[in-house]
Amino acid sequence: MSNVFETAGEVSVFGFQAVTDLFRRPFEGEQIRRQLAEIGSKSLPLVIASGFALGAVLTLHTRSTLVTFGATAWIPTVQALAFFLEIGPLVTGLLVAGRVGSGIGAVLSNMRATEQIDAIESLSIDSFKFLVVPRIVACTIALPILTLFLDFAGLLGGFASEYAATRTSFQLYVTQSFSSFEWSNFYAPTLKTAVFGFIIGTVSSFLGYTTNEGAAGVGRAATRSVVASSLLIILIDVILIKFIFFIFPESAL
Amino acid sequence: MIGPNDTNGGIPAIAFDHVSKAFGAKQVLRDVSFGVRAGEALCILGRSGTGKSVTLKLIVSLIKPDQGKIWIGHDEITHLNETQLSRVRRKMGFLFQDAALFDSLTLYENLALPLARLTDKSPREIDFVVDRVLGEVGLAGDKRKMPSELSGGMRKRAGLARALVLEPRILLADEPSSGLDRITASEIDELLLRQKAEHKAALIVVTHDVRGARHVADRIVVLDKGNLLAQGTFAEIAHSESEIARNLVTE
Repeated sequence: MSNVFETAGEVSVFGFQAVTDLFRRPFEGEQIRRQLAEIGSKSLPLVIASGFALGAVLTLHTRSTLVTFGATAWIPTVQALAFFLEIGPLVTGLLVAGRVGSGIGAVLSNMRATEQIDAIESLSIDSFKFLVVPRIVACTIALPILTLFLDFAGLLGGFASEYAATRTSFQLYVTQSFSSFEWSNFYAPTLKTAVFGFIIGTVSSFLGYTTNEGAAGVGRAATRSVVASSLLIILIDVILIKFIFFIFPESAL
Repeated sequence: MIGPNDTNGGIPAIAFDHVSKAFGAKQVLRDVSFGVRAGEALCILGRSGTGKSVTLKLIVSLIKPDQGKIWIGHDEITHLNETQLSRVRRKMGFLFQDAALFDSLTLYENLALPLARLTDKSPREIDFVVDRVLGEVGLAGDKRKMPSELSGGMRKRAGLARALVLEPRILLADEPSSGLDRITASEIDELLLRQKAEHKAALIVVTHDVRGARHVADRIVVLDKGNLLAQGTFAEIAHSESEIARNLVTE
């Protein structure tokens, strides 16, 4: 148990150092751009496809239930609230933890094992600032944007499913989707994914950057990055939801 | 023996002064002292796991010694902070055992990175330097390739090119011939010697290849289980008191 607290402390210090290093020259703009492309753009197909499929499936399920109560007109509203409040942020966080978290853990641990990090240091370049800070920043920026893509892909999937069943118009579907919507339903849950991104970037970078197990550690770092990031996202989500309800009481359903 | 206080022939480029290093219970280096002058090539010979690579990492200060002092020119580096170390490291080029090229960057970017970060050169000047250094190691036509597209010998030459790009006064090479055929290994040795001759660089080569060491070294240091068994020219080592050292150079 003391090991868990020790590691949690080390990860916290690691994340704090990344935040302070972010405001120290050089600002690593080019590295951040590269990582945004790697983490953000390359995750888009997975996020959009998952959102679309989830939206379609969720609509199929809710329709069969709401039909019983004659409340099928509520499908777009339920769909939008479900996606923007919880499904979008959480699923995006877990998807990115799987795709990006494992990648960061594997890349950095491989760089450690193959002496690339030593090579960077020997060139008088701060390896932490060069490798870790851009990855954490990119994850923090990319998550809210990816979440929006998943949210809207989910709505589109829901519409496709509804259109197949009732030939409803797109305009009507969108209008109904946002009929009971508060602004805080939109930006608070979306922005909380920046915290998810920070967690994925920090935990995965920590596990990859600090590994010292040679080539055998690469796979382990990748797996640990996914497991630890996913668990932390789920736990932090609960805390953040309570926090959002406290700050924006109107966002509670 | 060349030491930190030996000014006979100028201040040594590198000097180890009674350096010891342990990782946990394993003592990797014990009270090791030696030095290298500018324009001199020193080979550190020994079997695997005798502390050869650790010696190089101590010189670049990637790890710190438990005891003793390490001098790079006039600087005693064991107590320097990162900013001061950065200034000292700029004098050095390091060829890693497996080249340690950055996987995600092209060959050109691997060489341009230190130039862009550590010098005031314009992009055009960087292009010129990268082209020149890649030409020197015979990789002029490969600068757009990724490291994964290069053969073992090409990777070594690319690693050497990156080590040379800042025109270092100290060149460190960790097992430059490992995993290479004899012809390619000789090419790498020639490149190292050319750098030593043209830039009067101090060269330290870690190797277990005695034949290569004979070709490159002005002097050698023999390490075994962290102990410095002997140092001197090949002729001197062949008559040293240490049987292990004698056997090693006469194998």
